[in-house]
Amino acid sequence: MSAGTFAPAPGRAPRGTVVRRQIRMELLLTARRGEAVVLAMGVPLLVLLGAGLTDATNVPGDDRLAYVVPGVLALTVMSTAFTGQAITTGYERSYGVLKRLGASPLTRSGLLFAKTSAILGLVLVQLLALALVGVAVGWRPEFGHVLPAVGITVLAVAAYSGLALTMAGLLRPETVTAGATLIYVVMLAVGGIMFAAPDLGVAGWFVLPLAAHAQALRDALSGSAIPGAIWLSLAAWAALGVTAATRFFRWE
Amino acid sequence: MSQAGAVEVRDVVVRYGDVTAVDGVSLTAPRGQVLALLGNNGAGKTSLLQVCEGFRRPDGGVATVLGLDPVGDHDALMPRLGIMLQAGGVYPWATVGEILELFAGFAATPLDTGMLLDRLGLRGVRRTRWRRLSGGEQQRLALAVALVGRPELVFLDEPTAGMDTEARHTTWQLVEELRADGVSVLLTTHLLDEAERLADQVVIMRSGRVAATGTPAELTAAAGIDLLEVHADAGLPVTALGDRIDAKIDETSPGEYSIAGALDSAAIAAVLAWFAEADARVTSVNSRRRTLEDVYLALTTTRAPAATSITTSTEAPR
Repeated sequence: MSAGTFAPAPGRAPRGTVVRRQIRMELLLTARRGEAVVLAMGVPLLVLLGAGLTDATNVPGDDRLAYVVPGVLALTVMSTAFTGQAITTGYERSYGVLKRLGASPLTRSGLLFAKTSAILGLVLVQLLALALVGVAVGWRPEFGHVLPAVGITVLAVAAYSGLALTMAGLLRPETVTAGATLIYVVMLAVGGIMFAAPDLGVAGWFVLPLAAHAQALRDALSGSAIPGAIWLSLAAWAALGVTAATRFFRWE
Repeated sequence: MSQAGAVEVRDVVVRYGDVTAVDGVSLTAPRGQVLALLGNNGAGKTSLLQVCEGFRRPDGGVATVLGLDPVGDHDALMPRLGIMLQAGGVYPWATVGEILELFAGFAATPLDTGMLLDRLGLRGVRRTRWRRLSGGEQQRLALAVALVGRPELVFLDEPTAGMDTEARHTTWQLVEELRADGVSVLLTTHLLDEAERLADQVVIMRSGRVAATGTPAELTAAAGIDLLEVHADAGLPVTALGDRIDAKIDETSPGEYSIAGALDSAAIAAVLAWFAEADARVTSVNSRRRTLEDVYLALTTTRAPAATSITTSTEAPR
């Protein structure tokens, strides 16, 4: 029993290390809930196959897959970054996990950044998997504008993640689950995924981030530029989400 | 390093709606010492700790921890604290080893996690997920997480709740070692033996207020001797002694007299003088001092807010 084992030597590891550790834990736990990750892709997959390969719904244009697959990719981003993230974080709060993290050298902004980064990584893997399924059933995207597509997706993840963390910070976990699921279903219906979104013109892109993101991916992956209004809309949603999260996210 | 206490609490009030959980508490936890907040469930211990940990702003008063504001200076303060929460607080699906490594990774110079696992008897469950641990194992992991960053001040909320006897003694040894190594400790407990063994200072809380403050010795000594047992000739007219001192006097069996009450030196002298005057042959005198338990029970079960008679004031002890 050596003397001085517990002699104080407090201090925070470099911020980058702290955040990296947390990202690793988030990814580890996500991998451990593998079935939930697959399930989160289940609905998008059904939509892809159902709306993409049958005439069950009316979609604009002649190429069903060119309309449906980008929409499904956008839906997946929302499913994981918003609904999944909100539910998981809500329960982490009720388990006291966030409180415990709040009593550690991990800062609030560090946790928000780690959560969003981990979600971004997960989303990219899911998108790749769904895109491959799309290609396998006949989707033929163009890759000329793939970088803007990635960029707009990062904005979408930031927006969804911020809104999810805000919800999880403000409401009880049961309410978060119900609310996040309801929003997901509503957006699935009106977000321009299985059939055309309500025609609200440019305003629609600001009201329905899912529709804006889906349209952006459709444009980019069919070889055209993403409209400036969509960049603006998703940048605004991202700013809103991140600001709200930093403002309202609570440890306890 | 400043002379101020590790924790300074002044007139702190915590309310939950209409319920006042902490009602104007002031206390100082000196650096390098162990302070125990002792009280029943609902006495306000955990609420007070929540304020010190920065989880809630007090509804009145001020708490200063290591010279910092627990809420406003959260990011600067947390690396210096080791916090053991009362329950939960861990990813249910992560293993013991993963959790401890996570928190070790947050610290600049963490303790060796293997050593902590061994010291707390967690080596065998290193690969076990948190939700499969027993209550005592979860507590020990929470303690390990609190210590792994080499904090200078440790908050332990009911550290031994749910632990078996062996784990409890291990924990006590750890706390004693922390103190020996210069770590300040603020712990809550409702276990008297825990407070008496570990604490330099005890603050007894009752219904959100400080009922008494002092070292365990001060708290018990202030109450003085509370029972004298005198063996002497049988059948002495001891009721007459009742005129001289304020105590309950009985001949419990022939020749055995008990004098119960708050007995100061004068009262004891009066008792012995009476026996001498009665020309009694005294064969033995035994005294019993109040234990911390007596003090605690007197303060926490009577209806009157007894406090003042025993309090040794809340002003900065040394």
